[in-house]
Amino acid sequence: MTAATTIPYQQVRDDLWRPLAGASKRYTLTLALLCAVALWGLIAWGYQIHKGIGVAGIRRPVFWGFYLVDFVFWIGISHAGTLISAILRLTDANWRKPVTRAAEAITAFALMIGGMFPLIHLGRVWLFYWLFPYPNSRLLWPNFRSPLMWDVTAISTYLTGSLIFLYLPLIPDVAQLAEHATGLRLRLYRVMAMGWSGSDREWHALERAMKLMAGIILAVAVSVHSVVAWDFAMAITPMWHSTIFAPYFVVGAIFSGLAGLIVALNIIRKTMHLERYLTPHHFGNLAKLLLLMSLLWLYFTFAEHLTVWYGNEPKEMNVFNARVRGHFSPEFWVMVFVNFVVPFVLLGIKRLRSITTATIASIGVLIGMWLERYLIIIPPLSLPRLAAAAGRYSPSWVEISITVATFASMGAMYLVFSKLFPIVSVWEFEADEEEEE
Amino acid sequence: MSGQQQPKPQHSWGMAIDLDRCTGCQACVAACHAENNLSLSDAESAAKGRAMHWIRVDRYYEGEFPDVRVKYRPVLCQQCDEAPCEPVCPVYATYHNDEGLNVQVYNRCVGTRYCGNNCPYSVRFFNWFDPVWAAPLQLQHNPDVSIREGGVMEKCTFCLQRINRAKDDARTEGRPMKDGDVQTACVQSCPAEAMVFGDLNDPDSRVSQMAKSGRATQLLGELGTKPRVFYLERAK
Repeated sequence: MTAATTIPYQQVRDDLWRPLAGASKRYTLTLALLCAVALWGLIAWGYQIHKGIGVAGIRRPVFWGFYLVDFVFWIGISHAGTLISAILRLTDANWRKPVTRAAEAITAFALMIGGMFPLIHLGRVWLFYWLFPYPNSRLLWPNFRSPLMWDVTAISTYLTGSLIFLYLPLIPDVAQLAEHATGLRLRLYRVMAMGWSGSDREWHALERAMKLMAGIILAVAVSVHSVVAWDFAMAITPMWHSTIFAPYFVVGAIFSGLAGLIVALNIIRKTMHLERYLTPHHFGNLAKLLLLMSLLWLYFTFAEHLTVWYGNEPKEMNVFNARVRGHFSPEFWVMVFVNFVVPFVLLGIKRLRSITTATIASIGVLIGMWLERYLIIIPPLSLPRLAAAAGRYSPSWVEISITVATFASMGAMYLVFSKLFPIVSVWEFEADEEEEE
Repeated sequence: MSGQQQPKPQHSWGMAIDLDRCTGCQACVAACHAENNLSLSDAESAAKGRAMHWIRVDRYYEGEFPDVRVKYRPVLCQQCDEAPCEPVCPVYATYHNDEGLNVQVYNRCVGTRYCGNNCPYSVRFFNWFDPVWAAPLQLQHNPDVSIREGGVMEKCTFCLQRINRAKDDARTEGRPMKDGDVQTACVQSCPAEAMVFGDLNDPDSRVSQMAKSGRATQLLGELGTKPRVFYLERAK
């Protein structure tokens, strides 16, 4: 029983709608800054298309660099929403209600960003549509044996699904908003409400649709990150060719998604003054989940490295050594520290567990999980089977700009979303209250 | 089409390289550049790992100074029968033709570079930019070989243009092809005659004979890639 459930409905609605009205100076400035950084990333991408992908730092034999790291990272973040909110919805965890919308929004935006990277990294991006199976005069069909085709299929399915999943629980809220809005907002809300009148039949249909979507999205989310893992595991590159990769990636994705969600919720809580709605109780539960995922992640990382080390196959040991005690070891040990040690201490010890420590641990996990993808992609490519072909990769300003810009665009999209829609679901709060009484 | 039998392909191209003969002179590298219109890289891009050599000479050192033994190994596309680069391409830009060649269709490539990552020999090269040649080198292009644009993958073709020309010549003269009709640029230029190219379907061809030698090995053959290049290891 949390304090939030005792707030009267009128108050809930006022509190959650308040951030929608007007825009403070701070909001406008932040949004402008984020848009500027995002624009800079777009300029960098334009420059890359104009000059050739060679302006990035990738080279032979490291044909995939920052772009693929970012790709896996953002697809991982996207698991925040869907997976977490779907699991919590399916298990009827009541405490989830104020956090699901924030999580589902992360999913949709992170997927849009992640889905851009396969395009950004293409040598001839203007021909990207050749990856779609469409009838064409050359009678050519894409190669469905390629994991990259599985990617295209999985990610477009996931994006569609998660947009529906975000949209469904929005309907009652936008219908209510439409009653009070004017001008452009009124038109937007009215279109989105699709004539929602709040009849019993509509509520039942919505509930069923949401249950169904939660089940579907769960399966899709697991499959998507498995497919992302198979982009690597299907290759015979040493230390990519691993059977453990699919579940390892799914665990890592949920881990980083949770971290992203905790950071986002803390920012929402502070800036929108929702202290009464997002309580230490919520953060405590999310922190426990994060701790659980941290331990799972450690278990997978350990299992993966133990088998390689014990097997002692020279080509794999090349990569293993570079990662654990060679060129890449600083990144490796930082990753272990922020992904395991920090969450374990801060969240494992009950006395230390708080909103602040959960946020600190989450920021660490975000950095650590980005590094994890870097360590999975770069070292095996740098050390190919023929030693004479080895080569070092370092990113160019273009790759760094685009990477930074994606974080800015995530922030910008989130800001705009939270101005248009209540970031905490209003009607679910209402329902919750009725249940409790 | 079910029931319709594919005619058995006439040729099955392969190469043998005698490492005992290779002096590491790199004539093959230069010849390949000239034959196949490979773009030239400056010092900066070469240092970045962007140099294009469809064939390269790997150097391996054995022993401690001063008792050092150098091993040279020219490495080119092995035209694997079970090529790891082929299934991973999402647009079928690389596939196997019926004469055993691993063919790259430049115009179909969109540049995912997955093939390059999955090649255990690291013999695939990416056009990071549109190619440039310092004048007047652009005037010496081989007209039989297309220029690759920026953003596509390329690699050794076993001098496909020479194979086609030799086939045409034989057809014009109304005779079957014979061993030695096709010489790739690297083979032709090798002063030590360490390299031999030919038809593995013909049991009497020199390449078939060399492939049967006791010294013949396949590079990373344990991966099951079934390479079409046979290395005759150095006698001890």
